[in-house]
Amino acid sequence: MDDFLAARLQMAFSLGFHIVFACIGMVMPFFMTVAHFIWLKTKKAVYRDVTQAWSKGVAIFFATGAVSGTVLSFELGLLWPKFMEHAGPIFGMPFSLEGTAFFIEAIALGFYLYGWNKVNRWFHWATGVVVGVSGLVSGILVVAANSWMNSPSGFDYINGEYLNIDPIKAMFNEAWFSQSLHMCIAAFVSTGFAVAGVHALMILRGSNVLFHSKAFKIAAVFATVAACLQPISGDISAKDVAGRQPAKLAAMEAHFHTEKAAPLIIGGIPDTAAKEVKYAIKIPGLLSFMAHGDFNAEVTGLDKIPPQDQPPVAVTHYAFQIMVGLGMAMLGLAILYFIALWKKKQWLDQKWLLKLFVVATPLGFLALEAGWTVTEVGRQPWIINGVMRTADAVTPMPGIRYSFYLFTAVYISLSVIVTFLLYRQIRMVGKLYDSGAQHQND
Amino acid sequence: MVYVVIAFLWTAILLYVLLGGADFGAGIIELFTSKPNRARARKTMYEAIGPIWEANHMWLIIAIVILFVGFPKIYTTVSVYLHIPLVCMLLGIIARGTAFVFRNYDAVKDNMQKVYTSIFIYSSLVTPFFLGIIAASSVSGQIDLQAGDFLSAYVWSWLSWFSVAVGLFTVSICGYLAAIFIIGQTDNEADRALFIRKAKRCVFVVMFAGALVFIAAYAEHIPLGEWIFGHPLGIIAITTASISLIIMWFTIEKDKPAVLRLLAGFQVTMILFAATYTHFPNIVLLKHGEELSLLAHQGQAKTIDSLAYALLIGSLFILPALFYLIYVFQKKKPGLIEH
Repeated sequence: MDDFLAARLQMAFSLGFHIVFACIGMVMPFFMTVAHFIWLKTKKAVYRDVTQAWSKGVAIFFATGAVSGTVLSFELGLLWPKFMEHAGPIFGMPFSLEGTAFFIEAIALGFYLYGWNKVNRWFHWATGVVVGVSGLVSGILVVAANSWMNSPSGFDYINGEYLNIDPIKAMFNEAWFSQSLHMCIAAFVSTGFAVAGVHALMILRGSNVLFHSKAFKIAAVFATVAACLQPISGDISAKDVAGRQPAKLAAMEAHFHTEKAAPLIIGGIPDTAAKEVKYAIKIPGLLSFMAHGDFNAEVTGLDKIPPQDQPPVAVTHYAFQIMVGLGMAMLGLAILYFIALWKKKQWLDQKWLLKLFVVATPLGFLALEAGWTVTEVGRQPWIINGVMRTADAVTPMPGIRYSFYLFTAVYISLSVIVTFLLYRQIRMVGKLYDSGAQHQND
Repeated sequence: MVYVVIAFLWTAILLYVLLGGADFGAGIIELFTSKPNRARARKTMYEAIGPIWEANHMWLIIAIVILFVGFPKIYTTVSVYLHIPLVCMLLGIIARGTAFVFRNYDAVKDNMQKVYTSIFIYSSLVTPFFLGIIAASSVSGQIDLQAGDFLSAYVWSWLSWFSVAVGLFTVSICGYLAAIFIIGQTDNEADRALFIRKAKRCVFVVMFAGALVFIAAYAEHIPLGEWIFGHPLGIIAITTASISLIIMWFTIEKDKPAVLRLLAGFQVTMILFAATYTHFPNIVLLKHGEELSLLAHQGQAKTIDSLAYALLIGSLFILPALFYLIYVFQKKKPGLIEH
């Protein structure tokens, strides 16, 4: 493996790992504070149990997300020093603000986890809300920094020099809103379905049904509302990408030839040599409409992009198809759940709905990783879109592949341990939280 | 404005050394506590450290963000040439942070606890050791921008007796800070006596490690003595630190935890001050007499200004919240509030 590929893979693995933990650490506090709020209002002990059980999950995920985030702040320099040398002062603003948000989150989490019976109960609840809100703000800021790489602004690039830096303009680049919105909703969708799926499984197994039903409902409502909002945000993103990064859109859609009334290509196998997509479903004019809001608009194809500036088509296309496909599946389940809540209450007691949620447990995170792949691989060969190539940013140190093996081993073992811990947390619900069992008899 | 940013950078590093250091030290003390006392020591330590331990490690992130936003050339040079010790430190940070929460939040308390504990205490030792190595290599003039081969560019840039000695010194400082901190957390005489003994031992270890640093510096022709004692401020810093150590020796038996902590904090602050101010504004000394300077290698004015404002505004939020957190959980017997 050459060092450049190793560096890219190490970065991809680190971010792919961090993104899961960061999303759960950012979204779970919202579930937790909702359960906590119901407990404070209704005094039904099962909600206190759910709150406390979830808070342990938050602690585990927050800590893992925090250390993997610390590692990333170093990896940027360890792997991409040329990039950071120039980009740091330009896109650093969101990072410096994120430092504050993250710090506040850590302080609030200290209050929340250790504050039971020690501080005023509404203050205690509020610190939980602060954990969620500051986590969300951190997420938005970090994605704003990433969006600058897609949509560089706030500087003038003259003769290889980065002049007239304006960090505020760089932070509010054209892509920050659409990307942050899409990422935040994705975090709610994926965490919501993952949490709901686990609790659905436990309900089906018949253990601590009351506890798991209450937990399931809170997570499922968050997940399904977010899943319904996500296509709207996806549409905003698509139009944004079409305008700013036509090469990325062309790769996502494996759209080889510039044409008017461009068809939407669903599935298929892109053949880059023959410049065609085999076995795909093509819906005439729809791509033009989705990209530019007009069925006859011209959509730039890869033929307008110089070969050395084209992103890898197959990976971007497959990742995009996976993301959209899974998103649609989750949207379908969300609609079923809403029908069940409002019109067909009897569905809620039937096993097939819960089984669907169990099947959907990993879908959100798979879609999230696929979407992340689209945005990162779709930006290649650039690290700063149109300004600096990824290959020019990599560290001169040889032997990065060993560092890649090492970090991969670390992340895999951490994932195994966290899964093991969650398994044990869930298995112990009956023993740790007996008030739920008592209520079941009420 | 650049001075505001530099002040924040220095403060973040200082607080990381003090708070993060005490935190690492807790693991180190656990490592050097005999098996029968270990469980008791752990309980005393983590009741105090639990709520603030995440916050203690945020200072490192703040420092690193300041470096890469405000002084990118310094951040990237260090990242390239000290890649290996940085990776070692990061592995330590990952192992320690995760083992600590895993130990606390594993629902089943079985043999896995031993696994988490040994990961935790050994990584508590390794992480500050490499932090010390990184700090030492930034001033020892080992980093060679013209190096042609792998060893001289990426290994001899940090591997020397001097940096190993500073690594050990950092580890001993962490243990010392933790021991002093924990004395105030004990709730019975036996524990208090145990940690006072530990703190006294730590003082000797710190002095021994400090002597090693000077010997290694002498052997490797690093003018450490001149840096520290060649300027009145350096002499004042080291003298006041020594006086406070003597005061500490005589007050350690008395039940005055706040005084002890202030004295220990003061000593470490003075050491960091003496070690950094002589080079100011240089922060990294390279081979062939070159250097990286906080003033000469700062970012463009607009970057520095907005970074300074972000830090000032951020500290308005962070500092009161942090003090309140420490205040709430430091009250010795918190009144129980029924939830």
